[in-house]
Amino acid sequence: MSYETRERLSLSLRYALLILIAAIFIFPILFMVMSSLKPDLQLLRDSASLRAFLPVGDISLNNYADAFERVPIARFAFNSVFTTAVSVGASILLNSMAAFSFAFLQWRGKAFVLSLIIATFIVPFEVVAIPMLLIANNLPWIGPQGIEIGWLNSYHVQIIPFIADSLGIFLFYQYFRDLPDELVEAARIDGASIWQIYARIIMPIAGPILATAAILKFLIMWNAYLWPLMTIRSEELRPIMVGLQYFFQLNIAWGEIMAYLSMVTIPVLIFYLALQRAFIESIATSGIKG
Amino acid sequence: MISAATARKNAPLWVRLLLPRDAPLYQRNDAIMGWLMALPALVILTVFLVIPFLMAFVISFTNQRLISPNPAEWVGLRNFERLLTIRTFTLEPERDESGAYVYDGGSLSYPRLREFTRNNPDYPELDGLREFTSWQSDDNRTVILVGDVVFLRALINTLIFAAVIAPLQGGLALLLALLLNQALPFINVFRSIYFAPVVVSMVVVSLLWRFIYDGHNGLLNTILGIISFGSFQPVDWLGNPYTALPAIMAMSVWQAVGFHMVIWLAGLQTIPASLYEAAGLDGAGAFQKFRYVTWPGLRNTAVLVLIVITIQAMGLFVQVDVMTRGGPLDATQSVVFQAVQRGYDKQDIAEGAAISVILFVIVFTIAMVQRYITREKN
Repeated sequence: MSYETRERLSLSLRYALLILIAAIFIFPILFMVMSSLKPDLQLLRDSASLRAFLPVGDISLNNYADAFERVPIARFAFNSVFTTAVSVGASILLNSMAAFSFAFLQWRGKAFVLSLIIATFIVPFEVVAIPMLLIANNLPWIGPQGIEIGWLNSYHVQIIPFIADSLGIFLFYQYFRDLPDELVEAARIDGASIWQIYARIIMPIAGPILATAAILKFLIMWNAYLWPLMTIRSEELRPIMVGLQYFFQLNIAWGEIMAYLSMVTIPVLIFYLALQRAFIESIATSGIKG
Repeated sequence: MISAATARKNAPLWVRLLLPRDAPLYQRNDAIMGWLMALPALVILTVFLVIPFLMAFVISFTNQRLISPNPAEWVGLRNFERLLTIRTFTLEPERDESGAYVYDGGSLSYPRLREFTRNNPDYPELDGLREFTSWQSDDNRTVILVGDVVFLRALINTLIFAAVIAPLQGGLALLLALLLNQALPFINVFRSIYFAPVVVSMVVVSLLWRFIYDGHNGLLNTILGIISFGSFQPVDWLGNPYTALPAIMAMSVWQAVGFHMVIWLAGLQTIPASLYEAAGLDGAGAFQKFRYVTWPGLRNTAVLVLIVITIQAMGLFVQVDVMTRGGPLDATQSVVFQAVQRGYDKQDIAEGAAISVILFVIVFTIAMVQRYITREKN
């Protein structure tokens, strides 16, 4: 075999391996989307052959229509979009403000508070979820009938606990700390107030880390499950993932379930494909935090 | 003209408390703004992270319930005792008056366990315990008695889950990263595909794989049947106590391996190309390059990846909640699933908190081991 043939063979083998592995990741998702287009009986029959991955037979969007009829998916989707959007926005504001303060301002106790924040990295959400439930059940809130006790079954219980987080603060802090000091010093000499320095000088150049923080918070909130499972009882407040599990338990109609699964997944996948680089980098950053 | 120190001393107490030691008074604006800007985030973190964390420890020593007319009482270590008690106990075969063994249908006959574990004044330490497992040794039967069979099962499952997932997922992620770390056309397309399941919700993945694992119409059985030309016998993957946990493991790896692949890739890219060139000039082959250049350069990444996977694995919940609810025969019980079952479903916050504390102690130990390993060699 000539060198050239061997090279070509090795290259084809490498691509064959890459494609085979890609199939393992793509096929379940492909199966989900294809199945969502098929009536239940055909879906079950097709899954006994490779037709499971093909849009063949009786193809329609009926499952989507039926799923919408069976549970208020639009309502669930609205709840998720709303809680996610508010949490992403508020967490960017609160985390970046705190990080700005840690990076550029001198106040007593700063070093201690910062080390405490970094120490909380090793507390998984699962550890605090149960006592948090007790707290949320006893916090006051000003409602239409004056002061009420208990946050359960509301939008704010889904949002407020997540509008600040130590990873978010730390990511902004790391980014701010590496900015040149002259930026802030020059603005001070020009007489800018601290708030102006934050809002007009630092935040406008924080784009990359802002995207990272937003993507991480988006994924956490959109995929929220354990917390709303414990705190939300009424249907009209339920977010989309808890609604999905609820839908599944009603009765098992696989075609409609696949339609629901596709509906909550495809927008995220499109979002991901559009912003791949940012997505992958944010998640890599979150993994390297320790 | 007064000195900076005097000006500072004359300032109101609250200003002095905010200012760093030895900072001149004219910096008070910084200090006040600094506190104000950090305050909203700090309040949220205190109320929803620090206080719940400390409360977990306090509540776990009480009998607190989510909603109860009676105030909670201190119960000391009772919650932990019930969860963690493990004793071995040896049953001797029953003998008749002459001292000979009593046989029951050809096999030895033993006294009933509950005679020892239910209100037996001679064995107060066994009161309320239940059998976890037992085996025969010579003529005696050795029984492992535990305070909480389901929790112990959950703890063991979770530890097994973590112990399998960490090397498996970490290793596969490294292989994928090595495969992607070559300059080929379209390589980024493959990276994007391998990473895609990471952005898909675990709830979605779990429901999808429930169908894939189905015993009758499941896709996995179909594919195994096609590959083996029909000789494969269909398995109800999630309904069988021997395959349920491994099935959840495989699915979890499928969903998350892209995450750790990206971390490995970041680590690989920190290794300078000149090292590979130098090794090449010295005549190193592909394996030797990996062994002497790549692997030493990835040491800290390796520790990080293993720890991150282990800690994530200890939090196993969604897969269990959506796919099996702990079954079949408690084969997929997990620590967090039990914490939620007790703390939320049964509203027994105290026991849920005790389980959370045990989980934290495990995670904390793992994190400390990581610190120790990375510090030693640096």
